[in-house]
Amino acid sequence: MSDTDLGLPAVRSGIELVPSLEEGTPPQTGKDFTSDQEVRWCPGCGDYAVLKAVQGFLPDLGLRRENIVFVSGIGCSSRFPYYLETYGMHSIHGRAPSIATGIATSRADLSVWVVTGDGDALSIGGNHLIHALRRNVNMTILLFNNRIYGLTKGQYSPTSETGKITKSTPMGSLDHPFNPVSLALGAEATFVARTIDSDRKHLTGVLSAAAAHRGTSFVEIYQNCPIFNDGAFDAVKSPVTRDEAIIPLVQGEPIRFGTDGSRGLIRDSATGGVKIVDVGDEPDQVSPDKVLVHDAHSPDATTAFAISRLTDAGRLHQAPIGIFRQVSRPTYDDLARDQIAQAAAGVTGSKSERLGALIGGGDTWTVA
Amino acid sequence: MSKQVKRLDRVIIRFAGDSGDGMQLTGDRFTQESAAFGNDLSTLPNFPAEIRAPQGTLPGVSSFQVHFADHDILTPGDAPDVLVAMNPAALRANLGDLPKGATIVVDTHDFTARNLTKAGYADNPLEDESLSEYAVHALDLTGMTVEAVKEFGLSRKDAARAKNMFALGLLSWLYGRPTESTIAFLQRRFAKVPDIRDANVAAYRAGWNFGETTETFVVSYEVKPAPMPTGTYRNITGNLALSYGLIAGGVQSGLPIFLGSYPITPASDILHELSKHKSFGVTTFQAEDEIAGIGAAIGASFSGSLGITTTSGPGIALKSESIGLAVMTELPLLVIDVQRGGPSTGLPTKTEQADLLQAMFGRNGESPVPIVAPRSPGDCFDAALEAIRIAITYRTPVMLLSDGMLANGSEPWRVPELAELPEIDPAFATEPNQGDGDDAEFWPYLRDEQTLARPWAIPGTPGLEHRIGGLEKGDGHGNISYDPANHDFMVRTRAAKVERIAESLPPLEVDDPDGNAKVLVLGWGSTYGPIGAGVRRVRKAGYHVAQVHLRHLNPLPRDLGDILERYDKVLIPEMNLGQLALLIRARYLVDAVGYNHVRGLPLKAAELAEAIGNLVADAEGVEVDLSATTAHAITGGDER
Repeated sequence: MSDTDLGLPAVRSGIELVPSLEEGTPPQTGKDFTSDQEVRWCPGCGDYAVLKAVQGFLPDLGLRRENIVFVSGIGCSSRFPYYLETYGMHSIHGRAPSIATGIATSRADLSVWVVTGDGDALSIGGNHLIHALRRNVNMTILLFNNRIYGLTKGQYSPTSETGKITKSTPMGSLDHPFNPVSLALGAEATFVARTIDSDRKHLTGVLSAAAAHRGTSFVEIYQNCPIFNDGAFDAVKSPVTRDEAIIPLVQGEPIRFGTDGSRGLIRDSATGGVKIVDVGDEPDQVSPDKVLVHDAHSPDATTAFAISRLTDAGRLHQAPIGIFRQVSRPTYDDLARDQIAQAAAGVTGSKSERLGALIGGGDTWTVA
Repeated sequence: MSKQVKRLDRVIIRFAGDSGDGMQLTGDRFTQESAAFGNDLSTLPNFPAEIRAPQGTLPGVSSFQVHFADHDILTPGDAPDVLVAMNPAALRANLGDLPKGATIVVDTHDFTARNLTKAGYADNPLEDESLSEYAVHALDLTGMTVEAVKEFGLSRKDAARAKNMFALGLLSWLYGRPTESTIAFLQRRFAKVPDIRDANVAAYRAGWNFGETTETFVVSYEVKPAPMPTGTYRNITGNLALSYGLIAGGVQSGLPIFLGSYPITPASDILHELSKHKSFGVTTFQAEDEIAGIGAAIGASFSGSLGITTTSGPGIALKSESIGLAVMTELPLLVIDVQRGGPSTGLPTKTEQADLLQAMFGRNGESPVPIVAPRSPGDCFDAALEAIRIAITYRTPVMLLSDGMLANGSEPWRVPELAELPEIDPAFATEPNQGDGDDAEFWPYLRDEQTLARPWAIPGTPGLEHRIGGLEKGDGHGNISYDPANHDFMVRTRAAKVERIAESLPPLEVDDPDGNAKVLVLGWGSTYGPIGAGVRRVRKAGYHVAQVHLRHLNPLPRDLGDILERYDKVLIPEMNLGQLALLIRARYLVDAVGYNHVRGLPLKAAELAEAIGNLVADAEGVEVDLSATTAHAITGGDER
């Protein structure tokens, strides 16, 4: 086998090929994206906040509504498409990324979104998730992580902390949980972010960057399940604790957190990773100019991965939030369409004529 | 020396050797030569699942059987008239299939103590009396090949590899095959390696010349071209014909094709073939698994492509839930199952038709899926187009059941004129279909009254934004509904929609020449050839029997019930334990009898004739004697 020049397309935005509203059309509002279906999540569910944020954010894209498709799998969050006035499919458990791959690959003019949960994406659909990420199909995957199975009424999930007492694990769960961001980075995702259901501004900012990214944008959303796992994310939500709990990732900024930025990240030469230190000018503190500056665009994902490891695997007290990684790599769907265009450019005649030549080709003989 | 030329009406040759000996290529070339000569033909490749099983062993034997004739034939033949065996294992593995008097051409080169032991021979069969009932030509094919190509300076190993072409040359002489196409083929195939190219051509010619000059062969044979309907012909395998049918379906419907597939024997060739034809707007997606393959195809169908997934039985098992999603969302989708021996991994390279009930019922809930089946390699083209017509017209997943025998077997195929191909209209929805003016809405489950098909509105169509999914739909508006009466109605409606397809089917062709038959043989899929050949034998012996072969397994044609009633006995031969028979007995309360073998090989015409004969004897109260019709070509019988 030899390497082939794939004629890589120039970097373009995630929605560049999706038709925009015609000029002069009145601007869309959240209402334009609200379907007539009654929303049926439990009172207090974090899904409401995300739905509102998405409905409020979609008008910002300025796209034709009919060119937006939401695909989901199975789980509480997967009811999402029913509530959006776009095209949508509520599919089967774990398979949304594969269905979205077919949609995105067959149609350049669609903005494709996947809504999934921790069970849907990381358990039954784990295989499809990692392959969507490595292929870098142009779509945005919103993973609502509530660290529990809600729709089946409260079993532990692949992101639940070890030892979790649930209906299926009365003596505590045994499995080590996935860190979704680490997993996505390991699968060579080109856009990896984490945000929180209740922080609408941050959530909207991340969605905006995700939509603009061409390729598979992976967004983990910490989402509270008030029924089966209430308070799982209190540490990052409570005004009292969140400054200490959230490690904010801002492109080009030193990674500092804690009250008055008293803590920060530096490279750890002992492990090759990163570590948390006290920042300041005292002798036992690290000087502010030594603090790691966040670079999501680094071609090497090592640092992003190291940062993702600062997320608590057990009960959550600390988590980096923001865009871990955003790099440009050709997308599967663009390349697939390019190959078709390339093949079509190399032939002449109508499809019918070519069909005739194809089926009548090879070694033929004529019976008169 | 002038040699005698003897005329035969048909011959069955089996080329057998080690999997690395190039027997498939040899058989394929002989087939192409016969096709170009104008014989009717039918082929049966038979190879192990292992890519290279240990050399010289029985599991490593690969064979290719070709049946060619001066008349219309239906099967690759029950038993070879000629066996070409390239080593002891190939001889031992195939000897049991040979009738007495058959010809054996054997390469003696590998008949060493070591290779004889590997093949399980205690003594050299060429040196004892064990082959006395056959006409054996024991020749050092390898040695003669090495001698013939020595001028090209190849290593002995490379030189010996051309022995298959020596054998092909010899057999081509023996049966008067034209040589030009094979020489042209070798020149193309090895264009980049001139010494290998020249060696193969030289070996091929040397084989031919050896036949011409040696005294070993005193006669050569002639099989005249078969009369066939006028037209342009080519030799085609089922997988190739199926691939062309899919491309044709894309062209005829004006839809881009999206194939989502995961490699699996014996279906992978369809993925390979479609991957070559991107210029037709064909996207091929090699997915991470079977489920993703069909998932992506469903996504593409939702977006307005013709979604297709190809697999074999184990893959269907994995796709079942997704097929259910396509049933519920009522999207056009083609699911192609090239059946192989099962259960589980089963016999990956062997044929079987035991997935019929899986196709019918292998999903949760009441989940009706139309099923079509091709009857011969060339017929895979038409079957693909018919499956696409149904999928698009009725907005439904359609299962196409091919099998290993059809996939790899070949036959002459009359290339259809483009004007003969059906036009298929996707008829996308473009307007709201409920209410007027400002209140106008799009209801995705408002059905066409005649077909019961729902509208297909694809993303990008303004005003028709809608959501579909696996949850039960409310009639018409398509919103989630848990209403008991609605579910009952929707289950019945989905079943009725599939039943409606029968209204679009032509009447069944009943082959009952004089209308006097009391026995009907009913079949489906690749058993068409063997059943037809068996029926011919019975008729030739002077008895009556009728034949009907089903293209549509679901829904069954509306006239089938009446036809079944006209016969006293119904025989259903299948390469399973009676799956169609089960459906027919349940549906029509007919006491159908099965004839069943699951040997991984096609049914044999002679055995079928006997089974039919027994039923005829029963039904007509006569003695049935088929002995005059069961002999072999060389000794006089035929398959007419």
